Amino acid sequence: MLRAQDLHITFNPGTPIETRALRGMSLDIPSGQFVTVIGSNGAGKSTFLNAVSGELRVDSGRIEIDGIDMTRQPVWERARHVARVFQDPMAGTCEDLTIEENMALAEMRGHKRGLGWAVKPALREEFRAQLATLGLGLENRLSDRIGLLSGGQRQAVSLLMAALRPSRLLLLDEHTAALDPRTADFVLQLTVRIVAEHKLTTMMVTHSMRQALDVGERTVMLHQGKVVLDVSGDERKGMTVKDLLAMFERVRGEQIDDDALLLG
Amino acid sequence: MSLYTLLGAFEIGLIFSLVALGVYISFRLLRFPDLTVDGSFPLGGAVAATLISSGSDPFLATIVATIAGAVAGLITGWLNIRLKIMDLLASILMMIALYSINLRIMGKPNVPLITEPTVFSVLQPDSISDYVLRPLLLVVVVLAAKFLLDWFFSTQTGLAMRATGSNARMARAQGVHTGLMVLGGMALSNALVGLAGALFAQTQGGADISMGVGTIVIGLAAVIVGESLLPSRRLYLATIAVVVGAIVYRFFIALALNSDFIGLQAQDLNLVTALLVTVALVVPKLRQHWSGRKGI
Repeated sequence: MLRAQDLHITFNPGTPIETRALRGMSLDIPSGQFVTVIGSNGAGKSTFLNAVSGELRVDSGRIEIDGIDMTRQPVWERARHVARVFQDPMAGTCEDLTIEENMALAEMRGHKRGLGWAVKPALREEFRAQLATLGLGLENRLSDRIGLLSGGQRQAVSLLMAALRPSRLLLLDEHTAALDPRTADFVLQLTVRIVAEHKLTTMMVTHSMRQALDVGERTVMLHQGKVVLDVSGDERKGMTVKDLLAMFERVRGEQIDDDALLLG
Repeated sequence: MSLYTLLGAFEIGLIFSLVALGVYISFRLLRFPDLTVDGSFPLGGAVAATLISSGSDPFLATIVATIAGAVAGLITGWLNIRLKIMDLLASILMMIALYSINLRIMGKPNVPLITEPTVFSVLQPDSISDYVLRPLLLVVVVLAAKFLLDWFFSTQTGLAMRATGSNARMARAQGVHTGLMVLGGMALSNALVGLAGALFAQTQGGADISMGVGTIVIGLAAVIVGESLLPSRRLYLATIAVVVGAIVYRFFIALALNSDFIGLQAQDLNLVTALLVTVALVVPKLRQHWSGRKGI
């Protein structure tokens, strides 16, 4: 499904603020798998996600989705295969447009847009039914500007929008990070439900180890632009946040040792 | 003010409501600060007047002028999208380039259209005077433009264009080719301005190289006046507001210039424009300020 091979991205190369964000990052995600991605600040989580979505061009390496080479495709072309929910609730929706217009935009993701009406009555009914499943009363506010909604409501609608069209890969970029704990939990439950319903291949970046272990079936840890830990199946089942933290410390320790060796 | 000046103001207001619709597309929908209009307005006039005076059909000349405006907008968009020149700067470059291009097209600083046929004179029946017919025809043109825009911006492509201006990152993530949308929007915007220039030249007796000076300010003034008169986020109301804004604005200008007791003359036009825009910009803020106070 997703195959990322030996990705390298360096910001500001050749300057004092040079940052090697991805250093040989590789990850394979088979079809239908729900992977959670964790790592400390600067580990390369967001950079990797942006590389997969196409917002960042990789310096070297290869990105394939279902065997199709995506490495050089711009964001809007990849959107045919990739759906995305952003961390910032403002980023994933158009605040000037209404709820139904936002959904109509997502409805056409990966399709040629013509001169047909964007919102047709049949489509409106479908949106209404979809919104009703959220239980937020949004089904009666189709023609409200989406800017009037709270952050949690907007994230919930973003998730619905991501699932309107069958896509091969769903990218979630710390999409509950900007929400209060209760809303975050609601959005997370909704995520699990939508992913299960549509059997989506999903990659969720999170900064919460708890979240990373609670949802999905595989957890990947990034450190210094590489995968340093990859747990799934039985090993992951019994795992606690403490275990994960211990593994993280060990990995980081080894890395420091490596550096010390190099310097020595 | 006489009926004649009143209808004259209405007529010019209608022509500038096409400019205002164009400016609304670039500034408000695409969020592209586009000064190209100062060049594409006289471009439309120059193309139409030159073609008509060399014997072309006035309708054909008007269509060609509209297309010329679209091409100007397309180039500004291209400078921004492909060559990555900052939007405002790209439009300024296009604007000053058009000054030379317009002189080249006309071959001289102005092309009069006194005896030549125009789209208005061709359609002129004997029973109606020209200063009544022109506003009537323009009402039809403006309403047609308004409804076409309303329709276009509720289609899938139109919606993608609006999303591009509102949140380009999100639009791309939804598979919208945002660069193409900016190009299309700029072409559409400047096509309207080119059409306005062509009609302006045909109502005012010819094209002049300086006819474009301040077009952008007048267009923006119309948009801002319209938005303060009829504040609405709904597109079909916003387009009406913009048209009304352009007409109201021209009435105020005519009133200011024709009221002897104020003592203003034609050369004060730009000063009056600047003052009106300032007032229109400040009033909504003051209103907010006052209502904010009340809330406390």
